[in-house]
Amino acid sequence: MPVKRVDKTPMPVREPGQRAHDFEEVNAGYCFAHAMFEAERCLRCQDPVCVDGCPVRVPIAEFMHAVAANDLPKAAEILRHANPLAAICGRVCPQESQCEMNCHMTKRFGPVAIGHLERYVSDWEMAQPETDEVKEPWREEKIAIIGSGPSGLVCAGELARLGYHVTVYEALHAPGGVLRYGIPEFRLPNKILDWEIKQLERMGVEFVNNVIIGKTVTMDQLFKEYGFAAVFIGTGAGLPKFMGIPGESLNGVYSANEFLTRINLMQAFEFPRSETPLKVGKRVAVIGSGNTAMDAVRSALRLGAEHAMVVYRRSEKEMTARIEEYEHAIEEGVEMHWLTNPVEVLGEDGWVTGLKCVKMELGEPDESGRARPIPIEGSEFVFPVDNVVLSIGTRPNPLLVKSTPGLKTHSWGGLLVDERQVETSVKRVYAGGDAVTGAATVILAAGAGKRAAEAIHHDIQTEAA
Amino acid sequence: MVQIIEKRQLTPITSLYRVDAPLIAKAARAGQFVIVRVREGGERIPLTITEYDRETGLLTIVVQEVGATTRRLGELGVGDHILDMVGPLGEAPEIPSGGHIVGVGGGFGSAALLCLMKELRERGEKTTVIIGAREKSLLILADELAEVTDNLEICTDDGSAGFKGFVTERLQQMIDGSPPGYPDFVISIGPMPMMRAVEKTTAAARVPCTASLDPLMVDGTGMCGGCRVTVGGEVKFACVDGPFFDAHTVDFDEAVARSKMYVKEEQKAADCQRSAHEEEAA
Ligand code: FES
Repeated sequence: MPVKRVDKTPMPVREPGQRAHDFEEVNAGYCFAHAMFEAERCLRCQDPVCVDGCPVRVPIAEFMHAVAANDLPKAAEILRHANPLAAICGRVCPQESQCEMNCHMTKRFGPVAIGHLERYVSDWEMAQPETDEVKEPWREEKIAIIGSGPSGLVCAGELARLGYHVTVYEALHAPGGVLRYGIPEFRLPNKILDWEIKQLERMGVEFVNNVIIGKTVTMDQLFKEYGFAAVFIGTGAGLPKFMGIPGESLNGVYSANEFLTRINLMQAFEFPRSETPLKVGKRVAVIGSGNTAMDAVRSALRLGAEHAMVVYRRSEKEMTARIEEYEHAIEEGVEMHWLTNPVEVLGEDGWVTGLKCVKMELGEPDESGRARPIPIEGSEFVFPVDNVVLSIGTRPNPLLVKSTPGLKTHSWGGLLVDERQVETSVKRVYAGGDAVTGAATVILAAGAGKRAAEAIHHDIQTEAA
Repeated sequence: MVQIIEKRQLTPITSLYRVDAPLIAKAARAGQFVIVRVREGGERIPLTITEYDRETGLLTIVVQEVGATTRRLGELGVGDHILDMVGPLGEAPEIPSGGHIVGVGGGFGSAALLCLMKELRERGEKTTVIIGAREKSLLILADELAEVTDNLEICTDDGSAGFKGFVTERLQQMIDGSPPGYPDFVISIGPMPMMRAVEKTTAAARVPCTASLDPLMVDGTGMCGGCRVTVGGEVKFACVDGPFFDAHTVDFDEAVARSKMYVKEEQKAADCQRSAHEEEAA
């Protein structure tokens, strides 16, 4: 008998007092009883509108059915078929503005916890015994993927499934892109990412680290010397923006990318056992309000900051972080300073000592449709701080574009693609994810990788025919 | 992983390595660099390319043991592997043709000059190299440099070899007309105080000068901004926009301050390394 009209089963979490001091995962995951109970809450709608909210269109109703029937192998298969990064997306997707926003239960009881169940089923799958068997590609054509972030991983997986030889090139020493260097372990443990990558390897995908296409090897070489039939660019949007205010180059000022890369990729939290240092003082101000800002500020807490604060020029309503990250940040003691705009980083002897800000008020909507923040005259004040971390956005990296003749971009750096949203201005070169859209979400990138894989397959097959 | 094919001790703390890195050797240009990581948990550090051989796929780097990572590198010998190496990174400098080009190298900056001077020789330029060290035994690659430049000028602080004094003093003499003559363009590679002094010397005489900056780096691809330097009032990322910049517009004060960001941590990492070694030995 379905249990329907009750509230959403909350995600079990570790106590804020405990978790705010280590990098272990915050969410503990559902147990069997939670999962069965939650899956029963699904109303089995005739027309499951939740699916419309999912960028990769996971058949959520069938998935729920399988979970409720305790047929986890089937649930896992449904999930994996639609979303090869389910274990990751179950942890980092903003479900509240996607599938769960459309759920008919949302208004009165809270949505069915689609994301939590996605994670539950993926975790179950990860716990199953594995074979070491590696699938061999059965087609002739070789495809190169540039960048091993979410769009590249999904594109690689789809193409491997279709039988192609796939090689993924990564500039850093470990694959995963932003999933590796950007998202902290307390939200996405590295072992989850490692597992997802292992699945791709078992599908026959080859990973090559420490190769920068455009530097080590050119795009031209990929086609002419290496004989690739097509190339997918999933290089993301990794170039950090700075504000252009005085004092940004003082010691103690970091871009969120650098701050998080030192922690996640380089494991600075194990310093000096791991040799990459990071300076985190007692008072840390993070500028911005997205998921990256929340990741940075919560990392600062874990590295010993006594006051970890978010400084944002708009209000709480315009914040772009996932609601869960925001709530977790507050529980852990992060201080939020809304309607506050930094105007200068102050320093002494080359080191940061303070962040000078001005108070803002909201005016008419601007180009983004959000209320424009306007400085309140004479409201300047100073936060004494030891660190400033800038998390005000990123742009696509121009490195590959600079070295690839004919590869066209928008003026802001995003790659231009055709009406199918996949092929670039260079024939047989496809692109997707943040490199095309500018900074967005993991799942949108995953969706783009999948679309590109289908287009690559289609184009290669029509040409062959 | 990159295998060490040849190793040569240049000074007690400086070694030259020839490594098997065909992709990088094939793509490299003089003035570019690589980033290496020696072991799991190790730091990523930039190292200048000293020589490359497209045919054999060998890449030459020179390493001075100054921190935990470079010391670990120093422990490696022929047949050992460097865990990660990526490159070539950065852009080759633009050096104008014609005129008298003078390369100034301090300490292991000489290693970086070698590649550039070789390229200039192939271009048929008239060049001079001034290298300096505290004393004779610390000079590196003098013979190799002598082969690729028209004039090699050696300076030591104690006069144990060549000119007694700083490289800048020798440079000043040339500016003042002493042979091998007035420099039309200067390339400066070495420790920060030296590059700063070379900048001052050339600025006074209005000689154009390019300096190779080596700030702290993480990724080397423009992703972190940790390598930022202010040049001509603009923020640049040394790993992608550099490493060479017009020395007369570099904010050296800032660059020096930023280079000292982790002095204490470096000490800590070194101590940790030492105690681990002692434990191993015990
Ligand atoms: S080293 Fe990270 S941007 Fe240059």
